[in-house]
Amino acid sequence: MITLENIIKYFHKGSVNEVFALNNINLQLDEGDFVTVIGSNGAGKSTLQNCIAGGFFPDSGKISIAGRDVTGWPEYKRASLISRVFQNPLLGTCPSATIEQNMAIAGLRGKRRGLARGVKIRDRERFRGELRQLGLGLEDRLLDKVGLLSGGQRQALTMLMATMIKPEVLLLDEHVAALDPKTAGQILGLTQEIVKGRKLTTLMITHNMKHAISFGNRLLMLHQGRVLLDLQGPEKDNLTVTDLLEQFYKAQGEELALDSLLLA
Amino acid sequence: MTLYAALGAVEQGLVYGIMVIGVYLTFRILDFPDLTVDGSLPLGAAISAVAITSGVNPYLSLLLAMAGGFVAGMVTAILNTKFKILHLLASILTMIALYSINIRIMAGPNIALLGVDTVFDAVTRLGIPAHYAGLLIFGTFAGLVLGFIIWFMGTELGQAILATGDNPQMITSQGVNTHLVIILGVGLSNGLVALSGALVAQNQGAADVGMGLGTIVAGLASVIIGETVFGCQTMARAFIAALLGSIVYRLAVALALGLQLGHFRFNPSDLNLITAVLVIGALITPNLKKRLIAR
Repeated sequence: MITLENIIKYFHKGSVNEVFALNNINLQLDEGDFVTVIGSNGAGKSTLQNCIAGGFFPDSGKISIAGRDVTGWPEYKRASLISRVFQNPLLGTCPSATIEQNMAIAGLRGKRRGLARGVKIRDRERFRGELRQLGLGLEDRLLDKVGLLSGGQRQALTMLMATMIKPEVLLLDEHVAALDPKTAGQILGLTQEIVKGRKLTTLMITHNMKHAISFGNRLLMLHQGRVLLDLQGPEKDNLTVTDLLEQFYKAQGEELALDSLLLA
Repeated sequence: MTLYAALGAVEQGLVYGIMVIGVYLTFRILDFPDLTVDGSLPLGAAISAVAITSGVNPYLSLLLAMAGGFVAGMVTAILNTKFKILHLLASILTMIALYSINIRIMAGPNIALLGVDTVFDAVTRLGIPAHYAGLLIFGTFAGLVLGFIIWFMGTELGQAILATGDNPQMITSQGVNTHLVIILGVGLSNGLVALSGALVAQNQGAADVGMGLGTIVAGLASVIIGETVFGCQTMARAFIAALLGSIVYRLAVALALGLQLGHFRFNPSDLNLITAVLVIGALITPNLKKRLIAR
């Protein structure tokens, strides 16, 4: 479970470039929630995830994960509770390390690293078994450097690595946006399988409204740093892309109307 | 080149190879160009020499030298990580500061090791001639350091160092504090460089504040030669290549210095120029090759 209370974040505060990135966000994800997040560019989707992951500290507000107040925790410390998969497939793995080394690194997420062997012999069988699930033939390439893999293969490996230790929350930031449609479909299928199979609490950003509707049990729409829509249950199940667009324009329209009132 | 000169070059290659292994760790693995080494090499020499002349066991003096180098590296890394000073600048600052510190440690610009026991005396006392003693001691130390670093890079911590240089965002999201890793890695690197300096000082019988000049350039040249000639497909191979690269570099230098073209001869003082040209050549060749092939 993860709770955000009154999160406020400005970037470049006090300068001409000031951006009100997160405008009083209140959000609670329950255990096992699979939440999709949509919104236009600059709506605050990635900022929200970065804020949860600890990439920066909010100006005010409180973040707690699994009952612990993590507001002041640096990013590396929060990693014991959070797994991330980024849009850029290159960000999730270490290219000059081998596949097994990458998996071993992920197998110690949030744990102390000492002078024991990085890749233990007993790990190899387990790694092979997990890689076999991907169906990409990576199980025979444990000693290949990850830099040799394609973007799609690397993203599949990253998905696997993200869940080697069960995270309290899994953050997916448009994790298929940089892949070709076929690979994107495969990775999304894998995502669905892993998230459902392991009942992971997940926050998935997507640009694709169809994906936002068909995946998960809850949908958030962000706009200008605020949560515009928060739909779940039957409301979400019966949603269509047209509905979503309509709601989006309606919300925007209201805002415009309000602005013109104020300015009049 | 005489056999004697060749043996001397191999000996130098081995002892400076320990420094090169340290440079490989920062330059290639941590992606942290570290100029501290120009100061930490004489630092190691100074600490060891002063310790020996005040009666400390020469082997123990090596440990003290390594500790000194480690601290110097930590200072550079802390300036970079905690105070956000560019890594190159941070290392230059430490290097310059070390110049003064080294003179303070030695209470002068140099210190002689005459008539005191060094790590070589234990071997020469066994009846092994001095020029073989150097090979033996340096070879042993270089081998130990090589074995250590290959083992270390295979540990959980070593892999965290590898990933920190490769993909800091990835290793941060795996729960590693990259600042601590950089501080440890740069410290370790400079500890090795200081060990190299301490052994050089004990061998040549003196520590000198100027002996570190050009260390980084020689280190880079050796790293690049090693990679080009011996390859770097695996971690173990890359470190072995760094050590062998150091030997090839010293042999090449010895050859160049022995060269006579008409009335022209290279002086030992031309060494830095030759090395710089060598490194520049190696750094721009891949780019030039690409451009030529593109046409």
